[in-house]
Parts: sequence; structure tokens; C-alpha cells
Amino acid sequence: MSLPSYTPVHYRIWHYTYLTICALVFFFLIAPLFVILPLSFNAEQYIHFSKGMIALDPDAFSLRWYEDMIWGTKNPWGLAAKNSIIIAFFATIGSTILGTVAALGLSSRYMPYKAAFMAVLISPMIVPLIISGTAIFFFMAKVGLAATFTGIILAHIILGTPFVVITVTATLTGFDHSVTRAAASLGSNPVNTFMKVMLPLILPGVISGALFAFVTSFDEVVVVMFLAGLENTTIPIQMWVGLREQLSPTILAVATCLIIMSTLILVTAELLRRRSERQRGINR
Amino acid sequence: MSTEQILSSDGIPLETSLKKAERKNKIKAMMLVAPLFLFILITYLMPIGDMLFRSVDDRMITKMLPKTFIALEKWDGKELPDEATYEAFYNDFYPLAMAKESGKLYQRLNYEKSGFSSGLKKTNRKIKTFEKNNYKEQFMATHEIWNEVEYWTALKNTAPNWSYAKYLKGVDLTFDQDRNIVEMPEDRKIYKTLWLRTLKVAFFVTIFCLILSYPIAHLLATLPMKYSNLLMICVLLPFWTSLLVRTSSWMVLLQQQGPINDLIVMLGLTADDNRPELMYNVVGTFVAMTQILLPFMVLPLYSVMKTISPSLMRAGKSLGGTPFVSFRKIYFPLTVPGIGAGSLLVFILAIGYYITPALVGGASGSLISNTIAYHMKSSLDWAFASALGAMLLTGVLVIYWLYNKLVGIDNIKLG
Repeated sequence: MSLPSYTPVHYRIWHYTYLTICALVFFFLIAPLFVILPLSFNAEQYIHFSKGMIALDPDAFSLRWYEDMIWGTKNPWGLAAKNSIIIAFFATIGSTILGTVAALGLSSRYMPYKAAFMAVLISPMIVPLIISGTAIFFFMAKVGLAATFTGIILAHIILGTPFVVITVTATLTGFDHSVTRAAASLGSNPVNTFMKVMLPLILPGVISGALFAFVTSFDEVVVVMFLAGLENTTIPIQMWVGLREQLSPTILAVATCLIIMSTLILVTAELLRRRSERQRGINR
Repeated sequence: MSTEQILSSDGIPLETSLKKAERKNKIKAMMLVAPLFLFILITYLMPIGDMLFRSVDDRMITKMLPKTFIALEKWDGKELPDEATYEAFYNDFYPLAMAKESGKLYQRLNYEKSGFSSGLKKTNRKIKTFEKNNYKEQFMATHEIWNEVEYWTALKNTAPNWSYAKYLKGVDLTFDQDRNIVEMPEDRKIYKTLWLRTLKVAFFVTIFCLILSYPIAHLLATLPMKYSNLLMICVLLPFWTSLLVRTSSWMVLLQQQGPINDLIVMLGLTADDNRPELMYNVVGTFVAMTQILLPFMVLPLYSVMKTISPSLMRAGKSLGGTPFVSFRKIYFPLTVPGIGAGSLLVFILAIGYYITPALVGGASGSLISNTIAYHMKSSLDWAFASALGAMLLTGVLVIYWLYNKLVGIDNIKLG
């Protein structure tokens, strides 16, 4: 944003102040994440920049906390990672299917009480997690699913569907229904039309909804805390337990891995969003 | 002139067959929504209803001591009950004590009046040695609670099947001896402070987020695409990163030996041995929650600002307005929907925050959610946890309703 040469001085000053403020806010947003990266390579046991680290002495850095994370005898990270992936995988599949199907109905012209249904289906995203956790715990305890994988997966499906519903409905707002009518007039049955014509077109929205559902499940700690037994521990639960006891460098190593994962997910989501926007741009 | 009815090819009036087709489509749409709706209804909405039910349900004691309550109905409450009531209590309590099922009773009655727990425990041990008849004397000899009218009054007060006592407790009110609603004693007032703190934190976090987001949302909306896409990543990366990762990064930053304190010492603002506590208090909660919730404010603001045409500001300037006047009169009013959407979203999320206050808030920075969790997991007073939850839920639903009215729930944008 360059200013024209005739800009008066006080506007010029204001403009640069504004840019500085923006830079500071961006710094505030992003810098805390990057503080973790170097500290997870600390050779010492303390969470604190040692003199060697500031002087960039190679001996001050090591991979010992990553080794501890993977091979440490007392560390439950392996089990937790396995559980987290299993739970997030099934929860994602469940919420994507349920959410996409519901979004198809909600986007239909003929759907009655659309706003009311939408408000109900989105509610798990709005209601504070502690309340969702309490309610779901009472339910799962009653039906005997507390401390089981099934219980946790069902709970995460509940929490994940609002995201799928929102993203898929948003994709469907630009959807040209004449293509499905064209398919029908050419003799295709509804299921075939959906799989061959509609799904490929709304796929970016479905996948980004699925990514949201995956991240929601992978990151969820409050509800799992109520539901999980010792053998269903997950990565967020282990981090929570660790952080409550003491901040350890191993946790920072885990956190670094999670940051790398979220970067990959972000890039995928962004690429999908752009693709979807491009596609819908052509459709209009 | 008569209007001829238009018929479709199979001879049915067109209007009827159109209506039929429309109904078919309506049913089809509803069938698609049904699976998720039923799933949410059964596994989520009904359990929330169950939670509300638990918060007022007080049938447990009535079920455990049925004979006692029948006997107490006739009691006038002025003097100690008669022998028949003590006998009824013996008949109720003896099987419970033998089956070792009296534990819940101590707990529940001790909420009503402290002293019940120790009295009942002693009675529980001694009841095996009781002889037939003269129960009143034997009870009175076992523990002093059986000599006092107040304990019988407290017991009688638990007779109704439904009670809103937990809700009163949630706002520091309680019943006195004569069932009047009075304020809690000063040393037991904790919940009003907690509610006020929760509202205060949610309110200020919303304000901070708004102040910080406004300039960057504006910058993102006005920069050319290729720069703004890059900067957008700074907003989206925290948004996609695990909450626990972001909270732990604040724990690293705010700890006493952490980089922020190092900086303060280096700048000579304070001595090395006098480092300020930035964490485990309300300051930590404020700072961490603001950063964590910032993307939820930036994104709605950005999506509104993106739709404001830059020519409007130019028009304002060409009509003689200074940039500040045109901002105040043209740009700012147009961003109000975005401000509303972002603020309500951040406020809703902040008011129910749990993880971050629990980790960086300490005792003075914990919020209502933390107390609910405490009563769910440690004190095991589930009815009270449910009551607090119901109160929080009511607040959130009011804001949700407002959000729906002002913004429309289908306008929520993600990423």
C-alpha cells in the first residue's frame, strides 16, 4: 500500500502508525506458536532459552525430547496417538456422512422450518463444551458407553457435524441444480446422480468440512476427559495431564509435531477453498 | 367468464399434482435431515434435558426414607418428633445400614445441614446394637443430632420431590430454617463473584479482540489478494492449531523464567528477583484468551469489510470529508454487522471457556466452567453442577438467539 506523493505529512504518519499496529497484532497472533519450536530442541531440561541457544551453539540443541517422546519408557504418547487417530478417523467419517446428507436436505428449497432445524443442528458448536461434556457423559453412562471408544466416537460425531453442515451448506448455496435435473432427464437414478454429478462438484466443501471435523475430534479434550478411561487416553488428554503437572520439554516436542500437522491441514483447507471458489465462479 | 381448470397429462388438476410433487419434495428434504436430527436429538438434546432434570430432581432421600417422611407429615416442627417417627426412621435406616447403602444419604443430608454426616455415620455403626422399642431414647443416646429439632426440620425440608435449592446456591442464596430465601453467610459467598468474573473476562476479551482485529481485518480486506492471502495464514494458522498447543505456548511465554519476564528484566523495569507473576491469575487468562479467540473476530469482520466497495470512501473524500470523517460516517457504520457477528461469537465462546483458564488462570483466574468441572469430577455434586450448567446454558442460548436474529445462523463462516 504505497501512498501517492501528494499525501500530507500527518496522514503519512497516521498511515505508518496503522501499519505498525497491524504488524504488532500479527506478531501477537503468530509469535506465541513459534516460541515452542526452538525450545523443543533444547538440550537442557529447562523450558527457557539457555545462553547456548541464544548464541546458536549447536551443542545447546538436541533431539533428545523427540527421542523421549517416541521411545521414552514411561511415555504414553504412542498409545495416545494411536487412540487419537482411531477416534478422529471414525468420528470424521460419521460426521461427514451425517452432516453432508443433512446439508443436502437443508439446502433444498422445499425444506420447512429451515432456520429452526439449522439452529438445532449447529447447537453443539455453540453450547459450551463443559455443558456438552456433562450432558453426553450422563447419556453415555446411562447406556453403558462411558469409557469406551464407541462412546467417545459418538460424542465426537456430535461435536463435528455442525462444521460439516456449515461448510457443505455454504458450498451448496452456489450449486446449480439444473445439472442434477439434466442427469435425471438422461435417465440417472438419484443415488447415481448424487455420486456421479453432485458429489464431485461439492467435494471441496465436503472435504473441508471433514477436515474441520477431524481437527475438532483430534483436539477435543473436555468431553473426552469425562468419557475416557485409562486405556482410551488421547493426545490432548495427555497434554492436559502433563501441562497440569509441569511443563516438560517433551510436551513441547509433541506440540511442535501438532503445529506441523495443523500447518499441513491449513494448506490443504486453503487449496480446497480456492478450488471450490473457482469452481463456483465458473458455475455462476 | 368461467375459468377452465388446467389439467396435467394424466387428467389430474395441475394445481393438485403440483402440490403433490411439492409435498413429495418436502418429505424428501426432511428425510435427508432426519438422520442427523434424530441423532442429535437422542444423544445430545435429550441428555441436556436430562441434565436440567437432574438439577431440580430431589427424589433420592424420599425414596430412601419413605416411612420417615410419612411419619414426619404429621409433625408440627416445634418439639422433637414422637417415638413413632424415630421408629419409622429406624425401619428405613436399618436396611440401608445393613446393605451399606447409606453413604449417599450422608452426603445429600450434609449439603442440607452440616453435622448430618458425622451423626449418621455414628448411627450407622451403632444401629446394629439397637434393641426393640424405645427407639427415641436410643437414637438420642447415640448422637446429639437426634436431640435437636433443627436436624429434623432440615430432614423434613428435603421431602419435596423437586427443589430449586441448587439454583439458589448458584447465586449465593439459601433457605433458612423456615424456608425463607436468604443470602448465604458472607464467608460462603463465592458464586456471584465467579459469575461476575466470567462475564467480566468474556466482555473484556471481546473488547480486546475487537480493538485488535479491526485494523488487521481492514488491512486484509484492502490489500491486494497476493499479499492478503499470505497474511491470512497468520490468522488461520492459530485457528487450525490445537487449543492445548496454543495454551502451552502461553504457559511458556508467561512463566516466571519465561521470555516475557526475561524481556522485562532486560529492559530494567524490574529486578531479576522480583519478576511479576503473569500466569496463574486473571492477567494470564485475559492475554491467552484474547490471542486464542482473535481469529473468531477477524474472520467475520474481514468477510464484511471485503464487501465494502473502496469507491464509497473515495466518494466521501471527493465530497470534502477528511479520511476520518468518511471513516466514521461511511466505513464504520457499514462494518457494524461484522462487529456484531464477531463480538457475539467471541462472547459466546469466551463465556464457556474451560481449558485455558484452568491452565493459566490459577485460582483467581478460573471461570464458571472450571467450577462446573470441579463439581462434576471432584465434589461429585452433580445436581449442583447441572444447575450451574443450566444457568450458563440459558445465558448462552439468549446470546445465540440474538445472534440468530441479528446475523442469521446460516451466515456463520468458517475459514
